[in-house]
Amino acid sequence: MTGPGTALFVMTAIFAIVGAVITVAARRPLRAAMGLLVHIASLAGMFLTLNAHLLAAIQLLVYAGAIVVLFVFVIMLIGPETETGPIEGRLVSRSTAAALTLAVFLVVASSVGSFAAPWVSVEAGFGTVEGLGLAIYRDALVPFELISITLLVAIIGAIAIARSPTE
Amino acid sequence: MGINAYLALASVLFGIGAVGFLTRRNMLIQLMSIELMLNSVNVLLLAFNRAYPGNHDGQVFAFFVIAVAAAEAAVGLAIVIAYYRVRKTIETDKATLLRY
Repeated sequence: MTGPGTALFVMTAIFAIVGAVITVAARRPLRAAMGLLVHIASLAGMFLTLNAHLLAAIQLLVYAGAIVVLFVFVIMLIGPETETGPIEGRLVSRSTAAALTLAVFLVVASSVGSFAAPWVSVEAGFGTVEGLGLAIYRDALVPFELISITLLVAIIGAIAIARSPTE
Repeated sequence: MGINAYLALASVLFGIGAVGFLTRRNMLIQLMSIELMLNSVNVLLLAFNRAYPGNHDGQVFAFFVIAVAAAEAAVGLAIVIAYYRVRKTIETDKATLLRY
């Protein structure tokens, strides 16, 4: 892929990494939520370079519109107690875990970075509302209905767990 | 920009999310790190589906991953609220009721 796709990919990749680092490194959870918002919005832009137009819209609607707002609601509900101390856990275990995990994933990234599959041209309608909608309702109808049941169970479970025991 | 750039980026994002989940003790930030990891897997699924665009299977799977992530966030945040009501903190180190 050449042209505008490359520029968009580089830009969204930088913003995605910066947002992810803000999310895991921020001391205040509200800042972490804003970092998550940057991360999600830039990933939605990256999905456009992969011909996934409907999923870019769903990413913005579901993640930025619902999940981040839910996080912010919970942060506001709990209040200043969401801020834990400046150093969480033991410094040795923290840095050991971070170094080991980063080493593993840098090795993984450098090894998968040499994998190559040529971009083939996609037919018109790939990833659009029509194309993906037909794929969902034609090939994945039963999983689609099952996911709606899963969401219903999650809603009822969330209400049952979060409800005050005094009521 | 080939598929390898997307694969490398997805592993780096998964690594950042894993580091956040393993090193932070704040339950809310751990949940956000889980979202980071789920998102990196979505990038991977979409990149492979773009490389092999014979059908929409990767995009359908990413759609289901997003739906399950929404359910997981709802239940996880409900657990955070219930835990806060018991312990008055959201540090995972203080979750010791089942320890002894």
